[in-house]
Amino acid sequence: MNAYDKTDVVIVGSGFGGSIPAYHLAAGGAKVTVLERGPWLETKEFEHDYLLGSSYTRAFDFVVGDGMSVLGGNCVGGGSVVYFAAMPRAPKFVFERHGSIGRRMWPSALTRDTLEPWYDRVSDSLPVSTQDWNDVSYAGGLWAALCDHSGRTANPAPVAVDNDRCVNCNFMMAGCRFDAKRSLLTNYLPAALAHGAKIRPLHEVQRIERIDDGDYRVHFNIVDDEDYRVQSGSGTIDAKVVIIAAGAGATPVILQRSESALGTMPHAVGRYFSGNGERLNTAIINEERVREVLGLSREDGKVYEANHIGKGPTVANWDKLDGSLPEYERYSLEQLYFPPGLGTILAQVPGGDEPRWFGPQKKEILKQWASWLTIFLMTEDDNEGVFGAPPPTGNAYRISQQMLGRGPLKYDPTPNTLHGWSLADAECKEILEKDGLAKVAPWTNDVVGAYTVHPLASCRIGDDPETSALHPNHELRNHPGIFVTDSASVPGALTVNPAMTIAALAERSVPGIVRALQARGVDVTYGAPAPDGSITGRRAVSKLSLVAGS
Amino acid sequence: MDSDEQVKVSTLEAYADTIVPGEKRFPDDHAIAGASAGPGAVVAGALELLHTEATGVTVGLPYLAQSLNDHAKVYAKEHDLTLDETLPSFVALSFVDRTALVRQLTAPGHPEKDGWVSLALFCNMSFDSAAHKHTAEAIAEGHPGLLAMGYTAPDEDGLWRFPKFSYRRELAQLHPDTTPSGSPA
Repeated sequence: MNAYDKTDVVIVGSGFGGSIPAYHLAAGGAKVTVLERGPWLETKEFEHDYLLGSSYTRAFDFVVGDGMSVLGGNCVGGGSVVYFAAMPRAPKFVFERHGSIGRRMWPSALTRDTLEPWYDRVSDSLPVSTQDWNDVSYAGGLWAALCDHSGRTANPAPVAVDNDRCVNCNFMMAGCRFDAKRSLLTNYLPAALAHGAKIRPLHEVQRIERIDDGDYRVHFNIVDDEDYRVQSGSGTIDAKVVIIAAGAGATPVILQRSESALGTMPHAVGRYFSGNGERLNTAIINEERVREVLGLSREDGKVYEANHIGKGPTVANWDKLDGSLPEYERYSLEQLYFPPGLGTILAQVPGGDEPRWFGPQKKEILKQWASWLTIFLMTEDDNEGVFGAPPPTGNAYRISQQMLGRGPLKYDPTPNTLHGWSLADAECKEILEKDGLAKVAPWTNDVVGAYTVHPLASCRIGDDPETSALHPNHELRNHPGIFVTDSASVPGALTVNPAMTIAALAERSVPGIVRALQARGVDVTYGAPAPDGSITGRRAVSKLSLVAGS
Repeated sequence: MDSDEQVKVSTLEAYADTIVPGEKRFPDDHAIAGASAGPGAVVAGALELLHTEATGVTVGLPYLAQSLNDHAKVYAKEHDLTLDETLPSFVALSFVDRTALVRQLTAPGHPEKDGWVSLALFCNMSFDSAAHKHTAEAIAEGHPGLLAMGYTAPDEDGLWRFPKFSYRRELAQLHPDTTPSGSPA
């Protein structure tokens, strides 16, 4: 590439927020270039290996902030390559949340009902499927049985997994070797490429400037394909429209760094970050009690001992997703597998003496790792996160060659967030410790702060210019032609896994981006079917597209 | 006192042993305190992982070891402890005191917390995921951490598959408001 590269649209990032517009805009006739800072890995490169330098660390980023650590994808396909593919839609009450601002924080045009056709579209495109009890892992089944035993319900989660191909290896965070997980590498991205979109991996966008004719110039560095701390060379590419979809941990940083060239950013850029109210609890299952009380056993005679078997989260408890409850008291409790390394260091010894995250007692529970059951709490937080000054490049000072970095995000949980966490912890304890079935403890927040695998809201949509960075059509306030379509645009915590909502919002944003391109003289249309040509999800949307984002 | 390299190694071994403790390798093993039966992080390869450049902590190890011994001296003074001067100060602390000091260094608000947490993270990873080795090879070699955690060997092609993965039973009632897409209402 050279300094004179030009295209119609530059998209920063290739996760849900980038791939979905990339496909639709390319299919509609626009010239699209996607800049992705991570590597482009093929299916055969996804490894079952924890060795530093394997796909686990190549595709995965762990950025430690002050009070909040963010985990995310770092590769072509973004979060979808490393995600666990649970795809519930957000409950109705979420769209009515007030959060920290004392009034509805979602744009008035958006409700569960108005988002439903876009959810359908995503469901069609990935595709998303419902699961039955034959599909859920031992861990999911155990969680269901525990919920049932304490008088609660439990649901097999809808997923973007082809269960016929899945081998239940629980290596989802390293990419799917069997193409069972419906990552963007299996749908939107190949379709975008077929329509002529260009994807450039290892291109880390640093900043954006406006050029004389009103277009934008995007500045990037080239990242070494093995040691991400090394950057060799840089370049620019000009575009009429820029879509930033670098993830909620990186999108605001790019905009902050662009402020000197672009002019003042909306107040909400780099503020209102939400960790989706996330928290983890790890239980040590009493195998014998589970056999006696719940009557569970595997074909091989074991009771459970199956922490490592499965496909991430398969069963969730949704009893507290009740819109009649007060805000901050609603949450879901989802069975989850978390890989070792990051997934064991923060787990604490239930009922032990301090220190509970390291030392002899911790080693003893590591020996019971196969009997661990990890529960993922998704609560309502208060959008407390604020990004400090950007690092010199990227969104973190990289410590390790891959994966580990230190970022500028600061997060100090409010009493509301702490209240939600404590209620969800107590609910977990009540379910898990009934009749001596398990002992449970929440992960510590004292080591790397709170943590999230679902960063949100750091550059959010809304009606109010003071508390949202984007117009309801995802265009950056006061900077026409720049759109943000990723997790950063989601207004706040969702109480469920957010990928489905992020993707639906990205789908919904496309007609508005098409109009912006048309207004800048680009010959582009809207109306492509799902990536595989399916049109069932398109019918409602075609009518809606006339009003969406307007 | 030993050479600088030996001081560094035994100090870091003592730190790793505080995170995931193990039994002494030989009777006068000072670095490993012997606070737990069976191998711990040191035997699992903590030093090997810390010396893997990809971690990003390797260059700082001499400084971290020196700093740890400096902190140990201050800790000993504060607690009126007399340390064996033939040993690095942190190694000379009892397991209980090592633990108390590591708790201080990794506590919220400590100015050096990041470095000590990174060190703890990699010590833990040497035991629970053998991040310095190919996982399948580590299991084949009988890596003590992976063995303790109950990892089983992969299939011949180095990939894990679990054809039996589900109780295949209805184990709970669905939420009554579940929508046709399988989502909450």
